[in-house]
Amino acid sequence: MFELSTAEWTAILLSLRVATVATLVATPLGIALAWLLARREFWGKSVLDAAVHLPLVLPPVVTGYLLLLTFGRRGLVGAWLADHLGIVFAFRWTGAALACGIMAFPLLVRPIRLSIEAVDRRLEQAAGTLGAAPWQVFATVTLPLALPGVLAGMVLGFAKAIGEFGATITFVSNIPGETQTIPSAIYSLIQTPDGDTAALRLVLVSIVIALAALVGSEWFARRATRRLHGN
Amino acid sequence: MLRVDVSKQLGDFLLQASFASAGRVTGLFGASGAGKTSLINMIAGLLRPDRGIIVIDDKILDDTARRLHVPMHRRRIGYVFQDARLFPHLDVRQNLDYGRRMNRLADNPAQRTRVTDLLDIGGLLDRRPGNLSGGERHRVALGRALLAQPRLLLLDEPLGSLDEERKEEILPYLVRLRDEAGIPMIYVSHDAGEMRQLATRIVMLRRGRVTAFGGAEVLPGAAAPMGATQNDR
Repeated sequence: MFELSTAEWTAILLSLRVATVATLVATPLGIALAWLLARREFWGKSVLDAAVHLPLVLPPVVTGYLLLLTFGRRGLVGAWLADHLGIVFAFRWTGAALACGIMAFPLLVRPIRLSIEAVDRRLEQAAGTLGAAPWQVFATVTLPLALPGVLAGMVLGFAKAIGEFGATITFVSNIPGETQTIPSAIYSLIQTPDGDTAALRLVLVSIVIALAALVGSEWFARRATRRLHGN
Repeated sequence: MLRVDVSKQLGDFLLQASFASAGRVTGLFGASGAGKTSLINMIAGLLRPDRGIIVIDDKILDDTARRLHVPMHRRRIGYVFQDARLFPHLDVRQNLDYGRRMNRLADNPAQRTRVTDLLDIGGLLDRRPGNLSGGERHRVALGRALLAQPRLLLLDEPLGSLDEERKEEILPYLVRLRDEAGIPMIYVSHDAGEMRQLATRIVMLRRGRVTAFGGAEVLPGAAAPMGATQNDR
C-alpha cells in the first residue's frame, strides 16, 4: 500500500523540480516588483498591481489557455523564442514551470511587498547619508530587513506551484514524465479503474510536502526575525 | 566654510534661509516648527531646495540655477538623527563600519580606535542595537557618522529624546567631539543652554527665516536677561 511505483516517483520528482524552478525564477522578479509597488510611484502602478493579481482571480483554465496562445509553438512569443533562442514551453516541463510560476506569482509577491513596506524608511535615509547608493541601501538594509517576508513569499509560492493544476494541464497537458505533476497524476489515477490506492498515496505525499514547507518556513522566519532583532 | 542660501515651500510654510558660517560648531537655534530640521535635511540632501545654493568649502552641493544637485549618498555629510537610527540587523561593530564600507574607504583601525575611545563604545562592539541603552545608542550613532569621515556633521537635537540624566551623559562627549574630532558640525537645538555649551556660531531661525546670526550673545538668555528662564542658563 505504501510502496510508491516508478510512475508515482516520476510525478513527485517532476513536481518538485517544476515548483523549485518556478519559485527560484519567480523570486528575484517578485522582489523587484514588490519593491516597485512598495517604494515607487509611477504611472500605471494600479494597472500593474492588478495584472500581477490577475492569475489569482481568473479561472486557471483561462490563464492556461492564454499561456498556450502566447507561448505555444505558434504563439506570438512562443514562436519567436523557439526560432531565435530554441526555448520551447509548449508540452514541456519548462512550460509547467512557467504556468506554475505565473499562478504562484501573486502569492509570492504579496508577503514580500508587505515586508518591504514595513521596513522603516528612516533607516534607509540613514544609510543614504552614510554613503550608500540606492542599490546598496536596498541590498544592505531593505532586503535583509524584509527577509522573513521574502522567505514566507517563497514558501507560499512553492506550495502553490506544487499544487497548481488547471493552468498547467491546459497549457502543457498531462504527459507522464514530462508534464505530469502530482495533481495531474492524481487526476489521471482517479479517472482510472483501480487507481484509488495510488491516488491516495500521492494525496499523502502532497500533504507531507505541504506540511514540510509550512513548518520549514515558520522555522526560517523565526530564525530570520531573531537574527534581525538580535536578541 | 558652509554657505547656505535656499528657499523651499513646504505646504503653507515657506523656508527661506541664508547664512554662511566658518565656525567649528554652528548652532541652529529656534523653536520647534521654525524649520530647523527641514533646513538640515536640505544640507544633507534629503530635501531638495526650490531655489538656492548650498556650498561647503569649494564643493557645490546644490545650485538650482545650474540645476546642480548632489545626491545624498555622494555628499559626505554625516547626520546624527534624534532617534539614532542604528541598523537593527547589524551589531555595533558593523554599524560603525557601515559608512566606511559604503564609501569604499581603506580600513583604518587607528581611526576606529580613536573614535570608539572618544565615545567610550569599545565595550559594545559585539552587541546589537536592541540591547543598548538610549545613551549608548546615541554614542554609537555619533561614532557611525564620524567613521564615514564626513566633511560636515549634522546633529539634529541629539539630546532631544533623552531625559536629564542621559543628557548629562552625552553632553561631555559632544564637547570632546567638538574639540578633538576636527569635523565642522551643525548643531540643531531649541535649548539655549546646550547652545551656549557647544556652539561657536549661532544661527537663529524663526518661522522659516534667519532672524539673527552671531556668537552666544544672540541667544535669548543673553539678549533679554530679564526674560530668561532657568532652563536658558
